[in-house]
Amino acid sequence: MDFNFSAIVDSKDFLWEGLKYSASLTLFATFFGIVFGTLLAMARLSSIKPLNLAASAYVNLFRSVPLLLVIFWFYILVPLISGVQVGADKSAYITFAIFEAAYFCEIIRAGIQSISRGQVSAGQAMGFTYAQNMRYVILPQAFRNVVPLLLTQTIILFQDTSLVYVVGATDLLGAASKVANRDYIPVEMYVTVAVIYFTISFVLSRLVKRLHTAIAVIR
Amino acid sequence: MISIKNVSKWYGNFQVLTDCTTEVKKGEVVVVCGPSGSGKSTLIKTVNALEPFQKGDIVVDGISIADPKTNLPKLRSRVGMVFQHFELFPHLTITDNLAIAQQKVLGRSRDEARAKGAKLLERVGLSAHAAKFPGQLSGGQQQRVAIARALAMDPIVMLFDEPTSALDPEMVNEVLDVMVQLAHEGMTMMCVTHEMGFARKVANRVIFMDKGKIEEDCSKEDFFGSPRGERAQLFLSKILQH
Repeated sequence: MDFNFSAIVDSKDFLWEGLKYSASLTLFATFFGIVFGTLLAMARLSSIKPLNLAASAYVNLFRSVPLLLVIFWFYILVPLISGVQVGADKSAYITFAIFEAAYFCEIIRAGIQSISRGQVSAGQAMGFTYAQNMRYVILPQAFRNVVPLLLTQTIILFQDTSLVYVVGATDLLGAASKVANRDYIPVEMYVTVAVIYFTISFVLSRLVKRLHTAIAVIR
Repeated sequence: MISIKNVSKWYGNFQVLTDCTTEVKKGEVVVVCGPSGSGKSTLIKTVNALEPFQKGDIVVDGISIADPKTNLPKLRSRVGMVFQHFELFPHLTITDNLAIAQQKVLGRSRDEARAKGAKLLERVGLSAHAAKFPGQLSGGQQQRVAIARALAMDPIVMLFDEPTSALDPEMVNEVLDVMVQLAHEGMTMMCVTHEMGFARKVANRVIFMDKGKIEEDCSKEDFFGSPRGERAQLFLSKILQH
């Protein structure tokens, strides 16, 4: 049996483009997932009932359906609602930001709940409003406590971005599958991308482990 | 300055405060004592609305706390509070702990806030620690910073919620010294504490609480001379035994 790895070298630019898309999708979804997730977490911890219920419903919904289904669903639904063909790439961005917010929400909620009641009172006693207390006292500490969890979620997210290939987006796996089909080198191609995914994820998770130890020292 | 009128509070069916009425006049130092679970910490926390209450009212400098229209953050910014467990902000340096609320709540400039903070830090004898984080200081030092942080807001009254009960014995005095000095300067103070030496030295009045009720509310002389109630006598005999 012959393996043709030289074809992979020939398609390296195309794969690089795919990897760049995967990375940018990961960063975009992480950023908006954290921003939106923070708001959701605050809503979930709010004493305002409707806000609390709406946020809980949102989080429970997205945590109870498979990501793959949500990707399909948005790919079909967004053009139907907006009347604009947004395309696979853009709809993947929207899907991931919305979906990941639910997961980031739960991490950030745990972070906020890790802050003692006394800190909340101290901020209030200084005259901070709810928003100021969140911004200057609670969230900075909450985030510091959950940085490793946020990064772990980002690594999972990076791996999950490979699912977008099902709607034809050209992420790393999407690019790989296109080349694999064109040149008929599936074994070589899928081995190569597996190594790429593994290397990136593994290196990042080692970094998280180090960070964990570093944070434990600060505390 | 502070007028507590018929305040009652319940946690579900359990009543923690029963019809509490008292007053702290301008320049007065009032010590609140009583056995644990008597509601004294809860009472002091109702004064700046950290603890809500269901009945009665508290008026601080003419502003009603029970009034839903009251801007509570604004009111709280004028009332200094010192906590049992210090509650400095662990992610900020001492300098920033002293400056942040001045800047964000009172709108002072960074330089102004830092200058004020530095002055107060010097006053509590901790200038050398300005760049450190709270976790690097001892309990007594942290509590002195916490007092300075509250003073930086130019409060009209200071509330102390058991400021020395989480401290190692050798650090109690450094904190009490700062409090005594404040009292001598005429600061209006309401202190929940078991430090009877402090009460004897600077208190104008002593309030004794038991089971959520104010049992004694009298001058220091009367309280230490001849507490009327049986429970106050028992309490005093217990804590003054050694």
